[in-house]
Amino acid sequence: MIISMILVSALITFGLRALPFLIFKDGKKMPDKLMYLGKILPSAIMAVLIVYCLKGVITSFNYSELLAAIVVFITYKWKHNTMLSILLGTLCNMLLIHLF
Amino acid sequence: MTKEIVKKAFIKSIPIMCSYIFVSMAYGIMMAEAGFSWIYSLGISLSVYTGAFQFVLITFLSSGASLLTVAVTAFLMNSRQTFYSLSFLDEFKGMGIRLPYMIHTMTDETYAVNLTLEEGKDKKDIMFLIALFSRVYWMFGAVLGGILGQFITYDMTGIDFCMTALFLIIMIDQWEKSKNHLPAVLGLSVALLCLLIIGPQNFMLPALLIVSGILLLLKDKEVNNDDN
Repeated sequence: MIISMILVSALITFGLRALPFLIFKDGKKMPDKLMYLGKILPSAIMAVLIVYCLKGVITSFNYSELLAAIVVFITYKWKHNTMLSILLGTLCNMLLIHLF
Repeated sequence: MTKEIVKKAFIKSIPIMCSYIFVSMAYGIMMAEAGFSWIYSLGISLSVYTGAFQFVLITFLSSGASLLTVAVTAFLMNSRQTFYSLSFLDEFKGMGIRLPYMIHTMTDETYAVNLTLEEGKDKKDIMFLIALFSRVYWMFGAVLGGILGQFITYDMTGIDFCMTALFLIIMIDQWEKSKNHLPAVLGLSVALLCLLIIGPQNFMLPALLIVSGILLLLKDKEVNNDDN
C-alpha cells in the first residue's frame, strides 16, 4: 500500500511536469498563444511564488519574514549583489525568529 | 564539461543548497518521527521529488489515506509545475537523453534559477548540473534528517528564507529588465487575492490559471486593436 502510494505520487508529479512535452512532442508546433504564455508567464509565476513564500506574513502575522524581505529589497536595490542580499535577509530572518 | 561550467552551476545552486538541505532535513526528521526510516525518505525523494507535497504525503502514508486522495492531492499541489515546462519546452527538447531528467527535476527552485541563466552554448550543461546538484542536496538532507534528526540541537528555523530572498532578487531583476510590468503586477495582485479568498493551501493553481487567462484575453484584445 505504501509503495503504491509512493508510485502514484511519483507518476502524477512527473506526468504534470512532462505534460507540455507530451502534447507538443516531435514536430508538433506549439500554438502562438502558448508560446506567448511561455514567454510572458515567468514574471507572473515569480510574483505568485513570492506570495506563496511570504504567505505566513498574511496568514499567521509572521513579520520576521516581511522585515527580512524588506532587507533583501533595499540591499539588492543598493548593491545588486545576489549573495550579499540573500545572506543579510536570511540572517535577519533567523535572528528575528530566535530573539523574539 | 569543463571545470568552469561546474563551478558556475555550483555557484548558481548555492541558494538552492541552503534551502533544500534544511527543508529536506526537516522532512527526513518528520518521516522518522512518523516511523519511516531514512530509506523511505530517500526513495520518495528519488522518485517523487517535490517539496511541499512530500510533507503532505507523510500524513497520508501514516494515516493510510486512499490512493484517490493521494492522487488528487498530488495533482492539485503539483499542477503549477506544468506551467513551468511551458517556458522551457524548446530548450529542454534540445537536451536529448537528458530531457526526462530535466522534466523530473523541474521544481519551483530550479525553474527560478534557470530563468536567471544567460543565453550561451554552456546553458544546457549548466541547467543539467543545477538540476543534478539540487536533487543531490535534497536527497542528502532527507537522509541526514532521517539518521541524525534526534541529535541536532541547534535550531536552524528560518534558514529556508534564502529561497524567498532569491525569488525576490529574481523578480527585481526581471522587473528592471522588462518594460512590461503587467505580468508581475497581475501575478502579485491575483495571488494575494486568491490567498485571501482560498487560503494558504491551494491558492497557487487558481492564481496561475486566472493570471494566464487574463494575459491571453489582453493579448487577444491587443491583436484586435492592431487589426482595426
